[in-house]
Amino acid sequence: MNFTWAAAPHIKPRGSVSKIMLKVLLALLPSIFLLAWFFGGGVYINILLATLTALIAEAMVLKLRGRVVLKCLKDLSALVTAVLIGMAIPTLAPWWVVVLGTFFAIVIVKQLYGGLGSNLFNPAMAGYAFLLISFPQEMTAWAMPESLNAWPFSDIIRLIFSAQLPDAMTIDGVTMATPLDVVKTQAAINPYTDVTVLPLGIETLFTQGWGWLSLSYFVGGLWLVQQGIIAWQIPLGILSALALIAAGFYFYDAQTYTSPLFHLLAGATMVGAFFIATDPVTAATAPKGRFIFGFMIGVLTYLIRVWGGYPDAMAFAVLLMNIAVPVIDYYTQPRVFGTRR
Amino acid sequence: MFKGWNLKGGLDLEGHKDLSRQYSINNTAIPDELIYPLVDRSGNVLTALAKTGERVLKGQVIAGSKGVQGTLLHAASSGLVKENEWRMIAHPSGLKSECLIVATDGLDECCPIDEPVDYRQLSAADICEKVHQAGIVGLGGASFPTAIKITPNNGHTIDTLIINGAECEPYITCDDRLMQQYPSEILLGIQVLLRALAIKNCVIGIEEDMPEAIEAIQKAIECSGFNQIQVKVVPAVYPAGGERQLIYLLTGRETPSQGFPVDIGVVCQNVGTVMAVYQAIVKGQVLIERVVTVTGTGINKPQNMWARIGTPIKDLVSQCGGYNGPIERLIMGGLMMGFSLPDDSVGITKATNCILVATSKEVTKSSEAEIQPCIRCGECASVCPVNLLPQQIYWYSQGGAHQKCQSFGLFDCIECGCCDVVCPSHIPLVQYFRASKSKVFLKRREDEAATLAKQRFERRDTRQVQEKVAREQRIREKKLALVKRQKESVSSSAKMQDKP
Repeated sequence: MNFTWAAAPHIKPRGSVSKIMLKVLLALLPSIFLLAWFFGGGVYINILLATLTALIAEAMVLKLRGRVVLKCLKDLSALVTAVLIGMAIPTLAPWWVVVLGTFFAIVIVKQLYGGLGSNLFNPAMAGYAFLLISFPQEMTAWAMPESLNAWPFSDIIRLIFSAQLPDAMTIDGVTMATPLDVVKTQAAINPYTDVTVLPLGIETLFTQGWGWLSLSYFVGGLWLVQQGIIAWQIPLGILSALALIAAGFYFYDAQTYTSPLFHLLAGATMVGAFFIATDPVTAATAPKGRFIFGFMIGVLTYLIRVWGGYPDAMAFAVLLMNIAVPVIDYYTQPRVFGTRR
Repeated sequence: MFKGWNLKGGLDLEGHKDLSRQYSINNTAIPDELIYPLVDRSGNVLTALAKTGERVLKGQVIAGSKGVQGTLLHAASSGLVKENEWRMIAHPSGLKSECLIVATDGLDECCPIDEPVDYRQLSAADICEKVHQAGIVGLGGASFPTAIKITPNNGHTIDTLIINGAECEPYITCDDRLMQQYPSEILLGIQVLLRALAIKNCVIGIEEDMPEAIEAIQKAIECSGFNQIQVKVVPAVYPAGGERQLIYLLTGRETPSQGFPVDIGVVCQNVGTVMAVYQAIVKGQVLIERVVTVTGTGINKPQNMWARIGTPIKDLVSQCGGYNGPIERLIMGGLMMGFSLPDDSVGITKATNCILVATSKEVTKSSEAEIQPCIRCGECASVCPVNLLPQQIYWYSQGGAHQKCQSFGLFDCIECGCCDVVCPSHIPLVQYFRASKSKVFLKRREDEAATLAKQRFERRDTRQVQEKVAREQRIREKKLALVKRQKESVSSSAKMQDKP
């Protein structure tokens, strides 16, 4: 009798890439609903546009690269990138912003480097940074929290696709500076502004939705850690670095520097710590290295937020640390059993 | 992570041991043919010592390999030696090799057995010699000659004998059954080994999911009074039964990366080997049979059996009630580290602890495995018991950077397969590592050959120069001699002319 040949181990493998990606998407769901609640249903359109662009762009390049298109699309990695970009872009941004950003992320950042597993930079963040640098105005126009809840969905669609506002409305009338924007603009106007008089309290963060959003990312992220999908060292590194440095400066001078809790809950801290920096392809791979990678992202985020030219910095911090990954990996090899180090 | 598991990594695997563990070990019928490959697991060639057409008796030496690590092979039953044939052998790559074949006559006639002696009267050297004469090698899978392991080694002080009864691979229960059925024999075997090593200390490591075996051994220790033998229960985590892993679990000592357990004062023997030592020293029997677990959902009656070395797998299968349904894979060894065989006519060897007849219930169909790119998730690193970064080694092995692979610990990989199991991209990591290792070996051999060739070339070069110099010297001398002779002849003729 004859049998098939196969290499050991013969046991069935556990898990799959698409299952991992699916869980990441699941963990993002609550945050998507919150985004829609506070900043309008435009987020659904963003995600839909990003998804379509990502799938079409990825399929195109895979075809050009001579790969099996369907097998590669099934890993759902393009979908995760698309959803993250769709969520990061302001809900009122014109349609072409999303499409351009996603196309850049998938084609230039991911596929041209060799596709899944071979890209040096985080696709979603590279796409975001590309948009932020190219179209700063569209990328910073966040809707006034809950102001769009009364809008019919058709108005949102019209605004996104043909840049037409409903009658008697101006774009300044429906948008509002984010808390991090407020800090940056005030500091630009007057470096000696007392931040304690600005509306930057924790309760403001929550009434403006950012606090709730951060909490939802935090909870979703914890679930991913519990499921063993993401490495806990990275978010721990980011959050601890940010909290430590912010606390240091806050206690040194509370009138110039905002509180550590503000830094943890404002902007992209939580989504970055749990969903962006944890992309395993572009993160450090050894446990110790992952903590260092996260910690340095936290440090860079604080530096850029406080002294850099942009109000938030998660994208830049992640991209900068992506560059450092090979070096971190080289120096953080764990001690192999039976060797001395 | 796991209770009592102070190593990194490892996997909690489903045991499937109940398929076979509750039945006592059955004897097997004499097969029509016994097949003995004339090559051992490390590739050493065995020389046939029985001639074609010769009638050999059970227990007679029929082949042996030379060298320090040489071993002997004995006929497992009486019969006629047939003409050597090239047959498929028990090898991961499905290789063929020259095999010595004994056509059995069913009489099972024995060689005269040495009069059993009291092991307490034997010297360490006597025990080693007898173990060597009995053809005993490690029965846990590596087939390393046992006599060498227990020969007093200069420069090493041994203080602990470790008996590996962990049997961490799923499905395999042969050591479990041995401990349940032959606890006092195993203890006597241990006594023999302790005597050979001239030490007192022995620890038996048994996995926690083998309560009957633990109880049997403990009871036997109580009855025999061999109180220096200790039983330690290790967690049922794969690969607790790996030699280096078990030593660490039991003693807290790490076997050095490029070294051996003797470097840290430990000798480790498998339960089956101890049983063979008992049979050789106390009973005077040579190693011609071993316990094999024949199991899997693809076999009708899973069980353990005393199988003669050289018995074709198909004979064992038919005694277990034959195949059951469509068979996906025939595996020699365990689910994690065993190798698949394309053919069931292969004979079992001293290393064969299990024949796993697997259906699609327990193994993946080769067509199902869809390999995707590595996403560096690090799951492989988190389960690696040696604390490697398999994802990095894989990355470098793909790029052919074998030097880099080595600096990331390629040769510390014990090929346990944990990384493969958890890889979400279904990459056959261990297979890549094996390929990488053989490429490094190949490179080393090529380098050695190149160095040799270079040395030869240089020697030839210098030799040619020397020859040239010598030749010129000779020519010069000849010329000088010629000139001298001419002068002499001139002067002598002148003299002659001078004469009146």
